Amino acid sequence: MLQASPRVALFVTCLVDLHRPTVGFAAIRLLEQAGCQVEVPRAQTCCGQPAYNSGDRDTARDLALGILEAFGGYDYIVVPSGSCGGMLRHHLPTLFEDDPNLRARAEALAARTYELVSFLTDVMGLERVAGAASGTVTYHDSCSGLRELGIKAQPRRLLEALGVTVKEMADPDVCCGFGGTFCVKYPEISTRMVSDKSADIAATGAETVLAGDLGCLLNIAGRLKREGSAVKVRHVAEVLAGMTGAVPPIGEAG
Amino acid sequence: MLSTSPAFKENARKAINDAGLQKALARTKPQFHGKRAKAVAGLPEFERLRDIGRDIKNHTLAHLDFYLETWAANVERAGGQVHWCASADDARAAVLGICERVGARTVTKGKSMISEELGINEHLEQHGITPVETDLGEYILQLRHEPPSHIIGPAFHLNREDWEESFRRAHTDLPADRVFHERRDILTEARAKLRARFLAADVGITGANFLIAETGSSVIVTNEGNGDLTQTLPRVHIVLASLEKMVPTLEDATNMLRLLARSATGQDFSVYTTFSTGVRREGDLDGPEEYHVVLLDNGRSAMLGTEFQDMLRCIRCAACMNHCPVYNVVGGHAYGSVYPGPMGAVLTPTLIGVDQAGNLPNASTFCGRCESVCPVKIPLPKMMRHWREREFERHLTPATVRTNLALWGFVARRPGLYRLVTRIGAGALGWLGRRRGRLSRLPFAGGWTAGRDLPAPEGDTFFARYAREQRGKGGRA
Ligand code: SF4
Repeated sequence: MLQASPRVALFVTCLVDLHRPTVGFAAIRLLEQAGCQVEVPRAQTCCGQPAYNSGDRDTARDLALGILEAFGGYDYIVVPSGSCGGMLRHHLPTLFEDDPNLRARAEALAARTYELVSFLTDVMGLERVAGAASGTVTYHDSCSGLRELGIKAQPRRLLEALGVTVKEMADPDVCCGFGGTFCVKYPEISTRMVSDKSADIAATGAETVLAGDLGCLLNIAGRLKREGSAVKVRHVAEVLAGMTGAVPPIGEAG
Repeated sequence: MLSTSPAFKENARKAINDAGLQKALARTKPQFHGKRAKAVAGLPEFERLRDIGRDIKNHTLAHLDFYLETWAANVERAGGQVHWCASADDARAAVLGICERVGARTVTKGKSMISEELGINEHLEQHGITPVETDLGEYILQLRHEPPSHIIGPAFHLNREDWEESFRRAHTDLPADRVFHERRDILTEARAKLRARFLAADVGITGANFLIAETGSSVIVTNEGNGDLTQTLPRVHIVLASLEKMVPTLEDATNMLRLLARSATGQDFSVYTTFSTGVRREGDLDGPEEYHVVLLDNGRSAMLGTEFQDMLRCIRCAACMNHCPVYNVVGGHAYGSVYPGPMGAVLTPTLIGVDQAGNLPNASTFCGRCESVCPVKIPLPKMMRHWREREFERHLTPATVRTNLALWGFVARRPGLYRLVTRIGAGALGWLGRRRGRLSRLPFAGGWTAGRDLPAPEGDTFFARYAREQRGKGGRA
């Protein structure tokens, strides 16, 4: 049952914390506007993917234990990232296969974890968010968000309800080549992938490219700016929360 | 085939700068993606069929010994012979043994990945037997002495110019100034060349897409019909198959075939689907006098009961590589082994060891597109991650990566320390990039900055700012 004012814990994610705090504040604003009581547990760092995807299960498990501690008592855990959201929702429980107790706790936490935009639409039932916006954007479907969490129509719906025109890429669902440590382990392959992505973005003629994952966005912005492109890059939450005035686009000076 | 998997990075770099290859790879999308998507959309029960396919394979693997025995008994009942081969060496010896016993001089071959796994052509040649590839793609690769780059389109890396050039070079008996007007002309020339070889062959070797336990049959699908000529014209038919090709019944095979063609080429059904059961019976119009199945294990049974068991569901449709953004950029040869793409990234370490093939499961962004199209729902990213775990456990992960991970892990386990370190890092980077909002160069970040800028952070961490705001509100930070 959906409570009138659910207690939501924001999982900030390490990239938002380190790189683009505004996304975290945008998430808080959107959640509060939707009627949630938002808290930000202080004892959080990272979802553990760098370790988990490097085969270092022990470190990943230690971090997961910390997450179980910090995020235990909330109605929901909301993450402004499909990738970290997918980690908490689908992978965290697999780290506790040997311990039924912890596994049950991890599963309970996983079941209450949502990516930000899909939480607003699918759990809080939002058809639109406050405010208005204009212009043309194109939306990059980040891989985990799309394939692990089924996020595809939700951000587009909210954006269009704001008054934004969404122009689709030919391949919005193809990976941008970020892939966490992949982008530095295999820089040539990653660069080629993100170049294909930037060409696809350019071909839409959109002014701005949006996505729900900061990792992809840093990669895409890095490439677009290297190419001298004028396309602006932002996290979808900044646009939905009406906070584009608070911070310049990713990779641009204020 | 000699593995160049350890040189994956170097191979990939070359591939990215190879204009011809890039031109060929650009065909992936028109040739495979749209067609598969259309075929899938045209079959409303496709999703359910994927579950059925997964379940059939899981069931078979859970009772593999039973089905293998049943199948072998049925093969023998139909006059065929099964050669159980634990290793590639055993299988090579078995094939050579049959060929030598019947005095074979020429052997025609249909497309078979097991044949590549065994390197059977080289082995036969070394013993004075001439193998002739009859699949068009394999035929040109044989002319060019190249390995396949794709499991269903072996010559996918070649362009039409390459075909013409190779044919002119190899078929010197034909007028040098002949013109190839269209693809068809290439096909016609190859057919003419192959016809005589089909008739002269003493032994025909094919692969198998499936083995059917209840009938003892092997099944092949092709679009060229060369497989049929390969297996019906010579006196002796050898089937090369690995043990996970097994399905229990004809009905199961039908379900798998519906998945296979759609996932592979976007066809509802392949042009030729051929079931072979044993030797020619009295009154049969054609069929071989001897029917052998060389059944290869080569590390597969060792995958049973491990975290890699699901990989044995693979039906070699190639959908995973067709949809893999890494494969689409580097092509099949870069993987340096028989099986490329995501399925190869999981399988190759079992064949040649993760110490040799470690790059393969690492060179993935875990985008998950492979898993989303796999007809038998193999969790390919998860299996690649399992290889990374094995690497990590065995200390094969590069020392710098381990050190960085350990350092990062130490800090990330301690939120207080983490707050401090991230504040310093974000502050420094933000300051460095404050004028342009990005950095074009940064020590130790060449991997990132060679091909893209590094967007600068805002400068403050979220937690620092949040704490300030909470204090401002008089709240508890
Ligand atoms: S792993 Fe799946 S998609 Fe890839 S070849 Fe095998 S069956 Fe096809």
